[in-house]
Amino acid sequence: MTDVDDAQLEALVAAAEEGVALDGLIVTDEGGENGEGGEDREDGEDGKDGEDREDGVGDRYTFATGSDTHAGLDEAGLGRVAAQNPWYVSNWYYWEAIERPPAERAFLRWLEDADERDVPDRYEAMAEGRLAASWGQLHVTIRLGEHGHRVYTVRHAEDADREPEALEVHTDPRDAREIATFDDRGRYRPLKTAPTLPTGWAFVDLDGRALAETVGFVYPATVANWYRERRGELDVSHWRETMARQTGIYGVVETWDRGEGHEHVNWVAEACCVDSQCLKRREWAYDEETPLEVDGGDGAFPCREPCSLVVSAARTWTTLEGEEPRTYEFELTPSEKEQLEAIVDAVADGRTDDIREADFSDGANRYRARFLRAKRFDDEGDLCGVATDEWDGAEGADGADGADEADGADG
Amino acid sequence: MQALVIVAHGSHLNPDASAPTYAHADTVRETGVFDEVATAFWKEEPSFREVLRTLESEEVYVVPLFVSEGYFTEEVIPRELRLEGWDVDAWDSDGTSATQATFAAADVDKTVHYCGPVGTHDAMADVIVRRAESVTGDPEVGPGFGLAVVGHGTERNEHSAKAIEYHADRVRERGRFAEVRALFMDEAPEIDDVTDHFQSDDIVVVPLFVADGYHTQEDIPEDVGLTDDHREGWETPATVDGHRIWYAGAVGTEPLLAEVVLERAADAGAEVGDALEEVRRRTRVAAGEPAPGPAGTGD
Ligand code: SF4
Repeated sequence: MTDVDDAQLEALVAAAEEGVALDGLIVTDEGGENGEGGEDREDGEDGKDGEDREDGVGDRYTFATGSDTHAGLDEAGLGRVAAQNPWYVSNWYYWEAIERPPAERAFLRWLEDADERDVPDRYEAMAEGRLAASWGQLHVTIRLGEHGHRVYTVRHAEDADREPEALEVHTDPRDAREIATFDDRGRYRPLKTAPTLPTGWAFVDLDGRALAETVGFVYPATVANWYRERRGELDVSHWRETMARQTGIYGVVETWDRGEGHEHVNWVAEACCVDSQCLKRREWAYDEETPLEVDGGDGAFPCREPCSLVVSAARTWTTLEGEEPRTYEFELTPSEKEQLEAIVDAVADGRTDDIREADFSDGANRYRARFLRAKRFDDEGDLCGVATDEWDGAEGADGADGADEADGADG
Repeated sequence: MQALVIVAHGSHLNPDASAPTYAHADTVRETGVFDEVATAFWKEEPSFREVLRTLESEEVYVVPLFVSEGYFTEEVIPRELRLEGWDVDAWDSDGTSATQATFAAADVDKTVHYCGPVGTHDAMADVIVRRAESVTGDPEVGPGFGLAVVGHGTERNEHSAKAIEYHADRVRERGRFAEVRALFMDEAPEIDDVTDHFQSDDIVVVPLFVADGYHTQEDIPEDVGLTDDHREGWETPATVDGHRIWYAGAVGTEPLLAEVVLERAADAGAEVGDALEEVRRRTRVAAGEPAPGPAGTGD
């Protein structure tokens, strides 16, 4: 237990006048009544009336924690009792005397479960390095610094058991932008909340502000939206209104909603928004009245409208889905049919890199796929020699995103 | 409290698209004149839709990192920021003269000063010149040198060509370069024939683009004849038809662009103290140090 910090004690005494009540700590100052303190207070403030105590400037404070109540304290007495409870004092100071944006404060408190766990419980956990929380793929640990100031460390959840020193150590939150740009295989991550955050790094010695900044660079705006949701103020924009808002090359997506149900939006959500693809918890639906049948996910932070990646993909699907189905006839063995299914599954689940070179039992094995191609594709690349037939519109969809990227991406 | 938000296009495909935006935001951050500095993107995160709610400041200055007024600055950004009552007339612009207009945003309790794009600000002429200095490594570059300012043509955006010509005129008026021309990708005078338009042996080519990408790293280098295949890169300078071409890459990557961002915010009423001077000083080109990066090999 560290001594209570003088500045914190002073701040506490000053705040007592207004009344302190946080995380089980209650400090009141009943002085000044009857004009003795010369202070300008209104009558009838909390805890003033009906209490049995002596009047007088000297013994006006009450200091109570979960288990103890000390009433009738003078300033020295308050100092003494506070010094015996430095955790409560510094906890109060950390949360109330340091200025923070409300969302950031709520987030930092949520990380240490401050509304549920009492001060001694949290402080012991912090002292022993066992206080941790996760946010998407981030693993945040909270340790006790000087005078109760929290010191945060952030790692990838998969690195939670590795010492920060064994990782690439950072202290500048801005470094997180670069880290969040590529996955472990060096591929660009266009969706920040995809569960592909790379491993191998740690941000250390962060204060609350720096932690919030780091989280903001890795998962932009997630804290702001989470906070809105907590307060019952999340402004969800559903699929229909979002697509109706689009203009330019995305204006076409609105035409995908033909008033014939919303199955296509279920497919989009299943393709892009489930937890295996995106850690945001999808809160948007087809429209206000029409929920989707696909699970929105369990993420801590909400998704309040279809994101730009989904809008872009939807543009491609709008074109592709304008085609009418037709009947093709292919001759395949049962195993070949299953193999095609296995290949689609492997690509959809991002599993192709995990298939072992010589695992010939897996239909999506490269040699198996090459064999199938050698056997069943003709020189034009047509399956079983069956021509696709040119489709109006099918061509335009190819590389559509490339075209839309060129449109202003560099200026 | 006042915040600066730099809004840019970003990309789903190109990891470098956001780099200049981040770099300029960091430069402004380091001046300390804004309580908060944020970035937002059309294709990346935070989105235009969600950036304002991440800020505490009541006064927000939004500066588009775009080269010209047009679809994005007039329609997409104001809509996505939910600027209440936005109308392009509020800018009272002839297509290149927007400064700022002030709005409330529907989802937050803030005053949003929506500024004109960096690309049309007068100070861009300084950035173009600075870009020529950095690619040549010569803080005095000018005499004996031609300068080509390159943009899309009108096909893509009616205002874009106007801005290119405007800046070219302004640089020409300074009399620093032997010759200054505005050239275009999809209309005459075309960048393909760059050497036809200059007498000078040395020509600096500065594309008026915000970030390096397809146009500045593939199209233009091949059109100009720096290389037959952009993947193989090019020399700086490269010799084309007996001229030495100093290809600068996107002007938006020049550190001095941060000063234009600040100018935009200051024009809209932001308190920027002496940050303009500071940025100008900090981003100066030292003699004999050609800029590293895209202009070198194109990789
Ligand atoms: S729309 Fe879907 S993919 Fe995009 S951020 Fe929301 S949940 Fe994730």
